Amino acid sequence: MLGLLGPNGAGKSTTMRMLTGQTRPTSGAIRVLGFDIPKDSKQARARMGVVPQMDNLDTEMTVEQNLTTFAALYRIPRRDRREALERALDIAQLSQRRHAKVTELSGGMKRRLLIARGLVHDPELVLLDEPTVGLDPQVRQELWSLIDALRSQGTTVLMSTHYIEEAERLADDVAVMSHGTIVARGTPQELRTAHVGVRATEYYGPPDKLSAIERAAQAAGLATRRTGPSIAVLRSEDAQEDLLNNLGDGVHRSATLEDVFVLLTGEVLE
Amino acid sequence: MSSRGTGAKRYEWATFEGIWNREFTLFKRYWLSTTSSSVVQPVIYLLAFGLGVGTLVTEVDGISYVEFVGTGSVATAVLFASAFPGMFNTYVRRVFQRTYDALLAAPVSVDELALAEGSWIAAKAGFYGSFPLVVTMFFGLTPTWGMLLVPLIGFVTGLGFAFFGMWVSAIIKTIDETTYVTSIVLTPLFLVAGTFFPISNLPPGLQFAAQFNPLYHCVELVRDACFGWQWPADLYHFAFLTVFAVLMWLVAVRQLRRRLVD
Repeated sequence: MLGLLGPNGAGKSTTMRMLTGQTRPTSGAIRVLGFDIPKDSKQARARMGVVPQMDNLDTEMTVEQNLTTFAALYRIPRRDRREALERALDIAQLSQRRHAKVTELSGGMKRRLLIARGLVHDPELVLLDEPTVGLDPQVRQELWSLIDALRSQGTTVLMSTHYIEEAERLADDVAVMSHGTIVARGTPQELRTAHVGVRATEYYGPPDKLSAIERAAQAAGLATRRTGPSIAVLRSEDAQEDLLNNLGDGVHRSATLEDVFVLLTGEVLE
Repeated sequence: MSSRGTGAKRYEWATFEGIWNREFTLFKRYWLSTTSSSVVQPVIYLLAFGLGVGTLVTEVDGISYVEFVGTGSVATAVLFASAFPGMFNTYVRRVFQRTYDALLAAPVSVDELALAEGSWIAAKAGFYGSFPLVVTMFFGLTPTWGMLLVPLIGFVTGLGFAFFGMWVSAIIKTIDETTYVTSIVLTPLFLVAGTFFPISNLPPGLQFAAQFNPLYHCVELVRDACFGWQWPADLYHFAFLTVFAVLMWLVAVRQLRRRLVD
């Protein structure tokens, strides 16, 4: 599972659309599962499952009808379609709601159906574009276990997200994207070690105090990042204890992927 | 590493089967409303024109006015059953429901999508376009063998107007702009097609313009199917409709591709 992590507008969805041939690249060559894109994109798409960011289910149809439509389009032989349908319904945990119209489903159910629709033909590669955007934490947990099950089955997954926790929990490998290019790549652990170390120390206080701490830390050669009400000194395990104490009453915490993300993609979004 | 691609066929049967299946599933939800309005509409035309204007005009070109309007309104029914779904369904599915994005992420090409959607609309237009004939039979129209070809005439005409609608749907920026197309293009087309009055009553300029109206050729073909073929004129009418369908198909696919693949 490769996680594409980046802020909104970094080019994650565009990357996804280029892999299916729905957006043409201005330069360069793309090959997916050994197929040249866009030339052989139709053949590649037959082996790919796509779960878009924007829900595009057929709202006038039932759960089952949505899945059977795509089972046919994905060229599943007629005799195997029933089995594929049941498998997809199991994945989405919607067997009980198979005859419900899409409009009768909750947001979480729609997402599960959208994912199951992309998996109905047991694809070699799955593209998940922001799979949990705009969902409740409970629903998100539920989808995470669904995606994790997919990964443990051995399916190759490319997932884009701007939720750090999502990338941290699900991705074996993370590519951080900013302005259309990959700025860092590695496991969450490797990225932390390479960019922000082990520990961060956070200082709280009024804005002018935070600015003073920021200046003092940077003067001492330490990297910092703003986190709203506090300022975090990164890689604080390498700093002198005295220096840290002089800055103020700091709280130690583990370095996170979020620190990497902000450090690499900038504190302020353009 | 060399490419695994063997060059997929441009048109594959599986795609058409999948898209038509989908349309049929949707059709099962709305068939009753479509069918009843397809029966009611020609009845209204026949009552309004046949019984209203029919008291002033009893015969046109040797056939009763009711039969003249009844056979002529096949073209109107075909137009409504093809141009409107072509415009509205295509726009709604592309922009609001994003159905086409979903289909194009599966192994479906824009060419296949356009042809499958257009032919489905045309098949419905051919079927429902024949309803006015059946209704007119209750007003005294005599069945003939030639009438069996009317669904085919409706299909070819419907194909052209379905693609015309799809082309428009991919040009307009907002769905409100369809109003212009309806009032400026479609309404004149169906008024100057020889549906309600023969075009020979029109000024020469309009008579000439009608020659370029696909609906006029549809009306002529349907009347000849009902009252006797005219060779080679009917062959020309059919060829005109075929060329219109092919032209509209080409521009619709081109414009849709621009909108769907960026």
